Formats: sequence, structure tokens, C-alpha cells
Amino acid sequence: MSSKILVVDDDPYILLSLEFLMKKNGFHVLIARNGTEALQILNEQIPDLVLLDIMMPDVDGYAICKQIKSNKLLKHIQVVFLSAKTSEGDIKKGMDLGAALYITKPFSTRTLVKQVKELLEP
Amino acid sequence: MSSIVLTIISLVYLLLLFVIATYSEIGKKFKVNKKGSAYIYALSLAVYCTAWTFYGSVGNASKNGVSFIPVYLGPTLMMPLLWIFLRKIIRISKKYSISNIADFLSIRYGQNRTIGILVSILFFIGIVPYISLQIKAIDTSFQLLSNSIHPHRLFFSDISFYIVLVLIFFTILYGTRNIDITERRRGLMSAIAFESVVKLISFLIVGIFISYHIFKSPSDIFQQILQKGTFNNLFHVEQNLSYFDWLLLLILSGIAIVMLPRQFQVAVVENNDENNIKQASWLFPLYLILINLFVLPIAFAGKLLMSPSFDADMYVLGLPMHFQNNVIATIVYLGGFAAASGMIIIETIALSIMLSNNIAIPLLIYIRNRKAESNEYIGNKIKLVRRISIITILIIAYLYDKFIAENFPLTSIGFVSFVAVAQFAPAMFGGIYQSIINKNGVLSGIITGFIIWFFTLIIPSIANKLELAKSICNDGLFGISFLKPNSLFGLQGLNPISHAFFWSIFFNVLVMFLVSLFSQSSSNEIYQANSFINIYNADEYQNKSIWHGKTFLKDIIKVLSNIIGEGRANSLINGYAERHKIDITQETSDSRIIQFAESILASSVGVASADVLIKNISEKNEITIDEALKILQENQKVLISNKELRKKQTDLTKVTEQLQQANQQLKLIDEQKDEFLYTVTHELRTPLTSIRALSEILQDNPDMEEEQKQSFLGSIVSETERLSYLITQVLNLERFESGKQRLNFSSFSFYDLIKEAIVTIQPIALANHIQIKTYIPDSQLLLHADKDLLMQVLNNLLSNALKFCNQDNGEIRIRVFDMQNEVRCEIEDNGKGIEAEVHELIFDKFFQAKNQTLKKPTGSGLGLAICKKIILSHQGNIWVESEIDKGSRFIFTIPN
Repeated sequence: MSSKILVVDDDPYILLSLEFLMKKNGFHVLIARNGTEALQILNEQIPDLVLLDIMMPDVDGYAICKQIKSNKLLKHIQVVFLSAKTSEGDIKKGMDLGAALYITKPFSTRTLVKQVKELLEP
Repeated sequence: MSSIVLTIISLVYLLLLFVIATYSEIGKKFKVNKKGSAYIYALSLAVYCTAWTFYGSVGNASKNGVSFIPVYLGPTLMMPLLWIFLRKIIRISKKYSISNIADFLSIRYGQNRTIGILVSILFFIGIVPYISLQIKAIDTSFQLLSNSIHPHRLFFSDISFYIVLVLIFFTILYGTRNIDITERRRGLMSAIAFESVVKLISFLIVGIFISYHIFKSPSDIFQQILQKGTFNNLFHVEQNLSYFDWLLLLILSGIAIVMLPRQFQVAVVENNDENNIKQASWLFPLYLILINLFVLPIAFAGKLLMSPSFDADMYVLGLPMHFQNNVIATIVYLGGFAAASGMIIIETIALSIMLSNNIAIPLLIYIRNRKAESNEYIGNKIKLVRRISIITILIIAYLYDKFIAENFPLTSIGFVSFVAVAQFAPAMFGGIYQSIINKNGVLSGIITGFIIWFFTLIIPSIANKLELAKSICNDGLFGISFLKPNSLFGLQGLNPISHAFFWSIFFNVLVMFLVSLFSQSSSNEIYQANSFINIYNADEYQNKSIWHGKTFLKDIIKVLSNIIGEGRANSLINGYAERHKIDITQETSDSRIIQFAESILASSVGVASADVLIKNISEKNEITIDEALKILQENQKVLISNKELRKKQTDLTKVTEQLQQANQQLKLIDEQKDEFLYTVTHELRTPLTSIRALSEILQDNPDMEEEQKQSFLGSIVSETERLSYLITQVLNLERFESGKQRLNFSSFSFYDLIKEAIVTIQPIALANHIQIKTYIPDSQLLLHADKDLLMQVLNNLLSNALKFCNQDNGEIRIRVFDMQNEVRCEIEDNGKGIEAEVHELIFDKFFQAKNQTLKKPTGSGLGLAICKKIILSHQGNIWVESEIDKGSRFIFTIPN
């Protein structure tokens, strides 16, 4: 069974491209346009990996990651941050919260796919 | 007595001295008690008595009678006064790790390199003759005792050259075993104290020998002299020296007791207990009295018994030889040798420290930095530099002796040096009491003094060798008889030394004060001046580092290691940290550690270089204005007792407040700018992300469906537009902020403008079923403003209204009112409204980015900020009235 990936980003175009990209590479893709939607889907569908934007209007990516990692049922989910916040402090904060990867925007689609595949096929 | 035996005796003495030095250094458990250290201190002060005292005084006394006394009376009488000066100087020197006079003056006058270099060079010029007179004394006494008088031998055929080499060896041994010069060299001091005892005892022995063995008693000698009748003049004070001369010479000698480099070294640098000064102030005069007891008897005995052509300077040695008493003669020789060698060693060390600290070592560091090897260990280079300077000094002194000093009696050479070093006294004593005096004054004063010194003392001394000098002496400078070296400005009848002293100091002080009054001191100087002058109240000054940088501990230790070696650096820092309970596990270091490190460095390479070394490893994060002001304010409290400074304080307080406010402003603006930059780059990255991602997908999927391809391409284009729009907005805003935006005023119909704006948004409004209603009463209403900018405002407000109004039955209302002196425009939507807390914030740039708990509306985030700038630049106002779920009404006014 192919892995389930949740893509969370409030920018519609980025969401669009990520959805297409992951689908094209054989993953089952779920999308969320904001943090609230994301949490809902996480609890209902329990994906294997989440591509998580940080700057979102209602709940930011850091908070979502915290929730994932503190939830017994969800903490196995691999969290990959995708963010335009690129300072060392931001990256450290993300990694300290237990993320598997922190990728800065703009990113290379080829690299992203490779990294996601590596994470999901140990 | 053969030369070889004499040489061996000299060597044995020096070795004995060395053994004593080493023993007292090693025997650290052998703690000298307080009384002992007071005696050692007082005895080390007696290095003041050199071959001049041992041989020269007798020579002088035999020609001029009691006139030899001022040199010793001076220090004796000035001792109580000196105690006050000395205490202050010692306190200051300890605090700043000052190891020589050049450093002292250089620091006091604002860490001024020029002063340091000038003082070092002038000291060198002034002291070399003095050193050479010691060499002369050793040379003459050696030749006399070994019966081998060869006046014109040089270098390797000259015995005194070998002696000089031996002395060089010992000086280097004593002076450069470690380079930390403020480490109290107990060993060296013990050796000097020993040497003082040797010369005293030896002189007393020969004195007793002559007075009581050769003659029946001293009064016997005096009676015989008086009988000869021709020597009555020797008892009269006024005969060769007027009272004025006496006064001047007393003052001169009193100054020399502090200003001679060797005296500064033993009295200040080597002082380890201020109470010792009290003891010394009577012990030292006692010593002076004892060593001078027999000068007159010996001098007169010489006159009575020796042939008239015999060099009077050598009576002390000649008399025992005359009576074939080799034992006493050898004792005398040893005493003289002790006196001369003691002076040579200490003076040379002191001088070499000055020269290397102020000239050679800064040069070394400069070269090292140029080579960009800032981690090179230069501790051994420093040693090498010191050694080279010691060798240079002694060789030059030797040559001076051979070529110039030969023809002069010992005391006159010595006095020339006295007057030279006295030129620094005004700068020094003035500097610790008066803050008016500044570096310009000091430089001018010292140079003036030295010029006069040269003119009145050096020129006459080379008159025999130089025709020009001779003519200046006889006819005056440029033939002006008022400018004769021996009677400047017509002042006649004075001894040449006191004459030179008087004029040089007179003009030195005059120029110093005048130039200081009419020139400005740097703020650094003022700080140092106050710090020096108020040294006794200085507890607030402690631990206030002018340097407040981010300095890493490892860098500090590295720099220290390069100078004093790694082991020592680590143990010193750790020891200090323990004593002061400083946590040194942190990366960056406490400012107290920085200061401590600086003081350690200063004691090895001088303060100027230490300053440079520390600056190199600190981030050039000089003390912030707040801190500087805080320090200045605290310093002010100390000075408050001075009436005239109280007014300055109120002025300063005002300025301080203003500066603090300005500083706060600047800090705020700086922070805002950083945040803005960060946010802008963040916002720019978002559209770039989708542009890149979509482009790459298109590249990697050539078989994509055509429709999808077009859709993606369309997205790329629109994101590009968005990016472009954002950049434009940022630039617009920047133009406003930096004041570059120009307003082009014109008169136009507001009604027409609004209609234009509506036309633009019409399509979107239709597509979303949004109704637009306008209430513009007077279609003829003319507005006087910048048309383009006002259009931007309308576009922005309207597009916001479009975004936020109710999705199902959206309605936008535009109203215009013509008030008395302004035009008012309202744009209202029926959307979800804006909560009260952010009514003002939304006009800030990127407001939503700042406060992450609040919603992030779509848009650039800059639109409203730009609107506000535009409206404000028209002297208008813009604000919003809104409640949740009751829509928003944006209102702006333009004066008409």
C-alpha cells in the first residue's frame, strides 16, 4: 500500500504544485489549506508523513508539530517543515520539536521527492 | 695588582651578587618580614649613589668644598614632600601596571604613542652619559689599581670593554629571564640592597682608614688644610655656588630621586608595600649621611697628600694605594665597582624596558599583524628585543665614554643627566594634580626644555671639538649675546648646571601651561586625567572597563599565551577567576577578566601594546553610549565636590538625556528595519516557491495533459505578477520612508477619479456578485492633490473591500463629503469587520507578520501602510471604523 502524505500550506499555488508532485510519484495525497483543516485530517486519516508550512493564519506549523509529537497515536508521523523562514533559530526550533527534516523555500522539487522517498522507505 | 686578579675579583663579586639574587628568589618560603622588606626597599633606593657618589663627590669636594652636598641634601630635604608624591605615583602605577616613566606619561596624556616614543628617546639621550660615567669610573679605577694606564685603547684591546661585556651578560641575565616586568623581582632587589651595603661599608672603611689611621682624626685633616691657607674657599658656601645655585641644585636633586629611570624602577615599580615609603623616608637620608660622612676628609687628605696632577676623582682609590695598602685599595675598588655596576644594571634594564615597550614591541606587533599571523608566539621575540636594546645601550655608553666623557669630571656628566630627566618632571607632577595639562602642552614643554638643555649644556661640552659650538659659546647664537649658552638672557653668575636647570624648567613649565590652556584635550585624556588625579577615590573606577566588547575567553588565553606562555596564562586566568568568583565556563568573558588580562599584558609589553593586543581580539564593539554615559555619570559623582564642575554636570545631564533619547530612537528604528527586511524576504520567497516548483514540474513531466500544462503556466505567470507587485510596493514604501517621494500636485475631479477606479474593479465585482454604490453629491468637486498617488489609495482600499466583503451578497459603498477645509472619502464593505485592537495596527507595514496570533489576510500587507504614507504626505488623515460582523469603513481626508 502506498504511503499517505498530508500537504499543508495556505498558499494555493504551492499546495497545487505539491499535490501534483507527490501524486505523480505514487503517493496518496491529502491536502489542507490551514492549520485547523490539517489537524482534522491528521486525526482522522493518520498519514505517514506531513509536509508542513509554518506561517499560516490560524495555527502555525510549529504548534501543529508539537501536537503531533505529543499525541500517542500521531507521534510516529514524520514531520517535514517547508518554510520561507530560513534563519538558524527558526530551523533549530523546528528540529528541536522533533521534525525529521526542515526544508527552506524555495525548494527543489527533485530533491524534495528524493528526501521524502528516503524517509518513507527505510 | 695584576689585571687578571682584578678581573677575577670583579667576576667573583658579580657572581656573588647573582647567587644572592637567585637565593632570595628561590627561597620563597623564606618570607621577608615587614621590617626586612622595608630595609631592602630603603637600601635599594640607595642605588641613587653611584660611582658619582663613590668617586665623583670626593673629586668635586676637593675643588669646590662643600658644594658637593646639594646632591644629597636635596633628596634628604625633599623626602617628606616626596613621600606624598611617591605614594600617589605608586598607587597609579600599580593600578595601570605601569613599569616606566614613558608609559606613565603616555597613559596620563591619553595613551599617546608619540609621548611614549619621545620620552623614551629623550631618556635614552639623557641617561647614556650617566651610564658612561659609571663605565669611566670602572675603567679608571681598574687601570689605576692594575697599574696599566692605557687611555686610548678601544674594544678588544681595552679591558673596560670586556668589563662592559660582562656587565651586558649580567644585565641580560637579571633583566630578561622573564618578561613580566611588574613581577616584583625580589632577587634583583636583594642584590641591589646588598650592593648598597657593600659600597657603604667600603666607603666607610676607607674613610676610617684615612681619617683615623693615616691621620689622627678628621679634625686633624681639617686643621692641616686650614693651615695651608689656600683652601679656605672650600668651606664657604657662597664661594663657588651662590645661595640661588644651592636652591636650584637642591630642587634638581630632589626631582632626580624620582625621575631617574632606576629610581622610578626601585621606588615605584618594585614597591610592594606603601608603608615602606614611610620607613624609607628616614632610612634613606640616614644612608646618605653615612656615605657622605667621609667625603670631605678624604678630599682634603687627597689635596694634602697626592700630587696636584693626580685626578681628584680617584683620591678614594689613590690614597690607600699611596700607602701601599692593597687590601683597602681592593675594598675600595670593589665598593666603586659595586656602585657603578648596580647603577648600570638597573638603569639599563629600566631604559631597555622603556625603549622596547614604546618603540620596538609596537613595531613587532605591527609587523606581525601585517604578516597576518596574529597567533604567533612572540614572547621570545620580546625577550630578544629587550636583550638587543640592553646591548645597544651599553655599547653606546661605552663609546660615549671613550670619545666624549673622557675629558669631564664625573659629577658634571652626572648633572647633565639630572637636568635632562628633570624635563619630564613638570609633565609628571603636573599631570597627577592638574587636569588642565594636556598632551600638546606636555609635548611642547618637554621639547622646549630639551632644546634649552641641549643649548646650555651639550653645546658647551663639545665646544672643544666643534668650531661651531665654540663660536656659539663665545658670541651667542647667531651672534646675539643674549643667547649665550652660559648666560642665557643675560643671567650671569650661576653655576652652568643650575643655570641650565633654571632656564630649561622655566620655559618647559611656561610653554606647557600656555599650550595646555590654549589647546583642547581629547575626551580620552580627560578621562585618564581624572582617573589619575582622583586615584584615591578611585574605587568606582575599578572594574569599569572602557573596553566592553564581546571577547572570547579562548582568544584572551591565546593572546596571553603568545606573550607569557600557555601554562602561565592558564594558571593566571584560573587563579583570578577563582579569587573573584567569576564563571569562566562561558564562552564570552567577563569584563574583569579582560581588564586583568590587559594588565598582565601591560606588564610585559607596556600598556600601549597591551591595548592594541586586546583590541585585536575583541569585537570592535566599543562601549555603548549607554554604558559610556553611565560611567561618565558615575565619574561625575566623584568629581561633584569640585564646585566649578557642578555646572558642567547639569549641562552634561541634559546632554546625556538627549543622547539617551536619540539612542533609543535609533535602536528602535534599527530593530524595525531588521524586522522589515526579514519579513520582506519571507514574503518574496512564497511566490518564488510556487514559480520554481511549478516550473520544475513542467520540465519533469513533458507528457502532462495540455490543459493542466496551461493551467500551471498561468499560475506561474500570475505568481510572477504577484512577486513583481510586491517588489513595487516595497519600493514605493521605501521611497516614502526615505523621503524621496515627490508629490505632483494637480487639480482634478474627484468624481472622475473614483469612476476610473471603479472601472478597474468592475469585472471582479461582477464575477463575485458584489454591488458597488456611490454617493458623490458634487460631481464638479475639484481636488488638489497628486492624482496618481490618490488613485493608488483608491485602488488599494477598493481591492481590500472586494476581498473582505460578504461573499454572498457583497456590497461596497463609496461616499464623498465636501467639508469646510477638507474632502472626506469613505469606502465601506459589509464583510466580517476588524476587531478594535488592530484598528491602528493594520496600517503598519506587514502588520500581520509581526503578530502571529492574528489573522493573515491575503495581499502584500503593505497596501494600507502605503495608503497611510500617501495620505499623511498630503497632510490628511486615514483611519478605519469597524466592528466584528458589522463590516468595515475606511475613511480618509485630504485638506483642500
